[in-house]
Parts: sequence; C-alpha cells; structure tokens
Amino acid sequence: MQRHLISAADLTRDDAVLILDTAEEMARVADRPIKKLPTLRGRTIVNLFFEDSTRTRISFEAAEKRLSADVINFTAKGSSVSKGESLKDTAQTLEAMGVDAVVIRHGASGAPYRLATSGWIDAAVINAGDGTHQHPTQALLDAFTMRRRLIGRDAGLGQDLSGKRITIVGDVLHSRVARSNVDLLHTLGAEVTLVAPPTLVPVGVETWPCEVSYDLDSTLAKSDAVMMLRVQRERMNAAFFPTEREYSRRYGLDGERMAKMPEHAIVMHPGPMVRGMEITAEVADSDRCTVVEQVANGVSIRMAVLYLLLGGNEPAVSHTRIEEK
Amino acid sequence: MDKHDTHDQQDTQSDARPVLEGPDIARVLTRIAHEIVERAKGADDVVLLGIPTRGVFLAQRLAAKLEEITDRKIPVGSLDITMYRDDLRMHPPRALARTEIPGDGIDGRLVVLVDDVLFSGRTIRAALDALNDIGRPRAVQLAVLVDRGHRELPIRADYVGKNLPTSLRETVKVQLAEEDGRDTVLLGAKQTQ
Repeated sequence: MQRHLISAADLTRDDAVLILDTAEEMARVADRPIKKLPTLRGRTIVNLFFEDSTRTRISFEAAEKRLSADVINFTAKGSSVSKGESLKDTAQTLEAMGVDAVVIRHGASGAPYRLATSGWIDAAVINAGDGTHQHPTQALLDAFTMRRRLIGRDAGLGQDLSGKRITIVGDVLHSRVARSNVDLLHTLGAEVTLVAPPTLVPVGVETWPCEVSYDLDSTLAKSDAVMMLRVQRERMNAAFFPTEREYSRRYGLDGERMAKMPEHAIVMHPGPMVRGMEITAEVADSDRCTVVEQVANGVSIRMAVLYLLLGGNEPAVSHTRIEEK
Repeated sequence: MDKHDTHDQQDTQSDARPVLEGPDIARVLTRIAHEIVERAKGADDVVLLGIPTRGVFLAQRLAAKLEEITDRKIPVGSLDITMYRDDLRMHPPRALARTEIPGDGIDGRLVVLVDDVLFSGRTIRAALDALNDIGRPRAVQLAVLVDRGHRELPIRADYVGKNLPTSLRETVKVQLAEEDGRDTVLLGAKQTQ
C-alpha cells in the first residue's frame, strides 16, 4: 500500500490520468457558491515548510480547507527548528499530535523521502518541493494545464498527453520543476526537449527520458507548450553564464520568439517570474501565457491528490517505488 | 441505495431474473412524468437532478417525457454524491462523477432527485447534503425506478416506478441502454463467498 507522493516518477500513467480527471471535477467546486466539500472532515494536515514559498503553501492550504481538513501551518522561521531541532524530532512532535498527513517543503533533496520511509511518523507524506529533486504536484498541475489547453476540458477526460511536444527552457540544473515534469510528461506520453546553456544542464541528463538542445529558436516552431524556468540565483554558487543580458538574449522568451511558435502553442511558467530575464512583460501578459491559470489549477490538483491519498481507507493511487525498498 | 451492492456484482448473478423489461420501464417513466406534472401543478419550476451513473440517464428520459407533456424545456442535470458519502472511509477513494447544475440554478425551484434503486437511503441523505452546498430549493422530491425496501434512514420516495419487496440476500440490478446496451431490471441472488 502506498500512501505517499514523493516523486512524479512514482506515478503510473493510470494514476496520473486518474489524478487529472479527479482534478477536473474538483475544479468545478470553485464555481459554486459554497466552495467546500466535507470529504476530509476530522483529518489533520500539517504544512511543514522549511523553505520559503508563497504559491505552493497557499495553494495547499486552500485545497485542504476546501476539503474541510483541519490545517496546521508550520514554517521553520519562528519554530524550534531555528533553535536547532532536527527533522526527526519535529516529525515525532507532529506524530504525537495525531497528524494524518504532512505536506513538506525542504531545502534538502530527499527530506520527504526520509520522512516517509524512516518510520518516524505514520502520516501520509506529500512532497511540496525538496531541494533540486522533485515537486510532483507542480508537474501534475502543469500537465493538467496542458491537457486543458491543448486537448480540452471535457475532451481531455481519460486522456494522456501522447504526441504533445513540450519544451522546457532555462535553469534545468537547479530545477525540481524540470525534473518532475520530465518524469511525468514522459509517463503521459509527451515528447520533452530541454533547452538550456550547457552550464545549466545537469550531469547525467543523458539518462533522462528527454532530448537536450542548446538552441531555443530551432525548437520553438515544433513545440505545443514552452515552459520557461526561473534562473535560481539563490542556489547558484558559481558563474553559470557571463551576464544576465546574454542569458536573456539567447534563452529568454520575447514577443519575436513567441511569434515563431505554432498558433495553438502555450507559454507556461511555474512562477515566480523574473520579467526581463527569462520572459518579457509582453509575453507574460499575453493570452498565450498560462501563469495565472496554473495557479488556479494548482488548487484543483492538490484537492485531487489529497482526496485520492486520504479520502478513503486506503489510497487510490497505486505507485510502488518505495514498496520495493 | 448502495451502488457497491448492486453494480459491482453483475457477473456473479447467473440466475438473475428480469422484473421489469424495456417497455415496462418506458411506461413507468411516462407515469412518473404525469405524476410530477400533477403534483407540481404544471411542473413550471421543476429541475431534474440525476444521481450518477444511471440516475442521470433516467433524469434525461424523464425530462424528455415532461417536455412532451408540458411543451416546455425542463432543466436537467446531475448530482455526484461521492464526496458526501458516509462510508468514504470504509473503501478506497472512488473516481468522481460529474455534477452539472442547470444554468438557472436550483434556488427557489422544485428539485426532483432521480435515482435507479432506493435501498438504504444513504445515497439520498448524501444527495441532500450535496444540494445544501449548491443552493436552496423550494422543495426536494425523490423519484426512483425501483424501491427495494430495507431503509436505514427515515427517507421515502415521492415517485416510485416499482415497489419490489426483496430480501437482503438478493441483489437488484438496473441496466439502461445508455450504459449497458439494454433496458431491464434484474433480481438475483447474492453470491456468498
């Protein structure tokens, strides 16, 4: 039995499609006068955030509240963690309080996996981003946005993303969003191309299920969706490119480049955007840019994940990676 | 009714016998449509909401009959009750079905819930909770194709296609052309494992 969501690579195609289909029904709750379902009444969920986050934390909190769960927010700043408490002791404190699920964001890759497999807690663990490793709910909401835009809301039900060509551009090296997206999009049958300066392509990328290119202009014309990544200054400890200006000239998306994309193609960004760096204001504010839509879809996806992991007596999602160990 | 009981065991009932056939179902729905018009004095403000899966098809058929009788468009939709069930924690999470409320909403209108089988009454209790989050109808009524008894809650149907006295060892299965390829109601023995 698998109760955790640690990595997008753990999901089977059927799991992923079930999550997307469930999210499509959850999205309709947002249109109702009372945006609330009684499904997780009496369940306690802790949002355990060791790293800064606006979008993801608010999105999880909104999803939890719409499903009537009791929500406890925990941020490392202002908690005992700043006094030197370890992850293990924090986890055991939560366990003693009778928590049903932990949504964790941590700066160290593998922290959610450790929490899920250590035996410190009984609760379900949902990864909300760990270091440069994984951010599975982001990949799910990106896939959901693509399916809605490229196939259609109702037409997309039960469908994966077979044959869709997705280009991911920018700081792949530091990006958990890129890793999760490559894993999930591959599972869903899409063809992924990474575009980045050679210094920002991770070692071992040849083992990933995707193509790599250093030339943005040549890949734009054959993309159904282009996902721009933020250059993560806070994780950089070396000079990966000469100047910001050179970076945005070669790897930034401006109106001229957007015009080279097919008419139906969309521009995505996980946020936060740095306007003028990887994306110009003109592109960010255009109809083809789905940034705001992605945020709204994030709530639906997280409701779906929480329902499928916690809504019954056992999870409906069947992925297996941790069981093997 | 408990969908778990009736729909999941379709292959286990070899000796199931039909209690309603296609033409019977059509006649029953015509009668219910007339009863709705009679009781609602013209069905001016009626909204039909079917409970997925088969209740939705019954609601659509009822709407068509009502439109024939009244010569007016009858709003029809669906109401998924999965997330309002009282046995959610006893099974793995179920796939969700569509909730589709007609454009004008349900506030101040007469909502007729439509389902295939009325059994424990728990589905209808969940449906009443779900309605509560969507709006405030003038009144709520219930139409079912088959009432098989064994209520566990104080709930009754306003319009019943057929009262079917059953034992708890029996299963009632409704098949409709839209979903199963044919119209019939089957009464069979529950397989004991």
